Amino acid sequence: MSLEIITPGLATTVQDRGRFGYYRYGIPQGGSMDQYSSALANRLVGNTPDDAVLECTYLGPKLTTDAPAVIAVTGAPVDVLVNGEPAQQNARIELQAGDELSFGVIRGGTKFFIAVAGGIDVPVALGSRSTYPIGRIGGVEGRALAAGDALPVGEAREQTLPRLDRVPDDLLPSYEKQVEVRVMTGLYDHKLTEEGLRNLLGAEWTLTPVADRMGLRFDGPGAPWRDEPQPFGAGQDPSNITDAGYPVGSIQIPGGTQPIVLHYDAVSGGGYAQACTVISADMDLFARMSPGTRVRFVPVTMEQALEARAERRARLDRVWS
Amino acid sequence: MTLPDHARYTWGGDEFLLVEIAPDMSLEANFVSNSIAMGLEQRELPGIIDICPANASLLIRFDPDELAHTELERVVRELEADVRQVSGGVLETRIVEVPVWYDDPYTRETVERFREGYHQDPSGTDLDYAAAVNGLADAQEFIRRHHERPWLVSMVGFVAGLPFLFQLAPQEEQLEVPKYLSPRTDTPPLTVGIGGCFTAHYSVRGAGGYQMLGIAPAPIYDPEQRLTDFADFSVLFKTGDVVKYRPVDEAEYREIQAQVEAGTYRYKQAPVTFSLSEALADLEGHNRSLLEALDVA
Repeated sequence: MSLEIITPGLATTVQDRGRFGYYRYGIPQGGSMDQYSSALANRLVGNTPDDAVLECTYLGPKLTTDAPAVIAVTGAPVDVLVNGEPAQQNARIELQAGDELSFGVIRGGTKFFIAVAGGIDVPVALGSRSTYPIGRIGGVEGRALAAGDALPVGEAREQTLPRLDRVPDDLLPSYEKQVEVRVMTGLYDHKLTEEGLRNLLGAEWTLTPVADRMGLRFDGPGAPWRDEPQPFGAGQDPSNITDAGYPVGSIQIPGGTQPIVLHYDAVSGGGYAQACTVISADMDLFARMSPGTRVRFVPVTMEQALEARAERRARLDRVWS
Repeated sequence: MTLPDHARYTWGGDEFLLVEIAPDMSLEANFVSNSIAMGLEQRELPGIIDICPANASLLIRFDPDELAHTELERVVRELEADVRQVSGGVLETRIVEVPVWYDDPYTRETVERFREGYHQDPSGTDLDYAAAVNGLADAQEFIRRHHERPWLVSMVGFVAGLPFLFQLAPQEEQLEVPKYLSPRTDTPPLTVGIGGCFTAHYSVRGAGGYQMLGIAPAPIYDPEQRLTDFADFSVLFKTGDVVKYRPVDEAEYREIQAQVEAGTYRYKQAPVTFSLSEALADLEGHNRSLLEALDVA
């Protein structure tokens, strides 16, 4: 069976857990920007957490199915419509052949997710179905969806877990206008001035509209770098370093002005210094922020980061049991 | 070695370890980074997801649920000590000849589109500027200096398959240029550019801040894996590869493009041994032996 795309929405892409092991060649991990929400969608339709879903940005697609299908929509709050009639978000939805799925306007965050029983079955490229548009791999011909695309859907799986019709309220993510993001300092933070470090970790930063799967820019008081002699090969600006690998989630501050959080499709390396890294447990939060969201970066230790990672895993385990 | 006594170890969140061999670029720092990367690869530690050697540092991605961060740090520190004990190791690698049409119309057109507000010297071209800041007579002199000595792939990254290359030249003869004041929003695919002391070879079309020198006729990233050189993997370059640029004119550029189109093009390449101690003792001699391997290829 397949899903037929009538209109593609703003930027709808196929995503899964991501592509690992090719970072050394400049190929980013990719994957759903909100892994937790896409896992919920997969759980509702009886998939494994590894199955590919559709990630929709702001404006969803309009699509139809050529056979009966079980789907679910999670993530950013949005009106879900089947043949123009309201259907439930965060719940199992049964579609008949010819049914048309469409969406209203989102009421928070930027990304929502559509899972279908059997998963979006585009070819696996370098271990993942995730779309990497710059490198033209994954998804449908390595690009965002277009009108007329027919998305192959895999065979629905035999169920090993009890059927879940609706996500319990206490497992749903929240969409706040004020968010705390936990970070670990390090990398090149010694190159920041005292004021720079104080601002980065003490001030409130506002998400600008310059935000996508590659990176998210924040406005605020700035975080200046020390004006010291630069090492050979680095470049003249105090925010420059000898080009190095970029950890996923690291925060660079070119010119000491706007912090940029590097997300799953970001470049894998470059010559801008980074002062801290978002912990793995909090990476999902960025898909739940819309421009104007106010953020505080809260420093934690490695031990606290690992604790948060374990808590997140326990929460996902609850969904998958 | 002129390196700091110890690398700097720092965490990038709970999944990344960054090992900075030195803040500044040198052949020695790159060699240590690559050697640790290779040693770590050979250990096949469960929980290692990616080993990314960079110019003068190394980034390691790991799964902290499978590999304790303390254990990872212990192993890498051990490898670092081993690598430093071997004074001047060797790298079994290859030399690849890369044709370039310097001062071509495609990058020249792009140069013209990004002058005011982007470039330090809007009155000239990137090549004129690169020559001037290096105290060279003209663009031709810069081009000659760019391809007369080979380059070492010191890092792969940024976007798919993009190599950074460091010239095998004494530091006082390194070409060094500032990056654009503000990055361009467009760069022709396969542009060869220079920024800081690094040449970058843009694998795909996109933004870029390096000064543009020319364009290559053959791909270095081939997601469809059409050409034989990409049969095993879609990315041509690995860190440690040695590259010799060869200037071509328009006729040869078109000829190579036709071969690429027909699926018959092969890069000229040969296996070589890169020796750090030989390179440091007699760079010109070592460069000559690297280039000779290409003559018989």
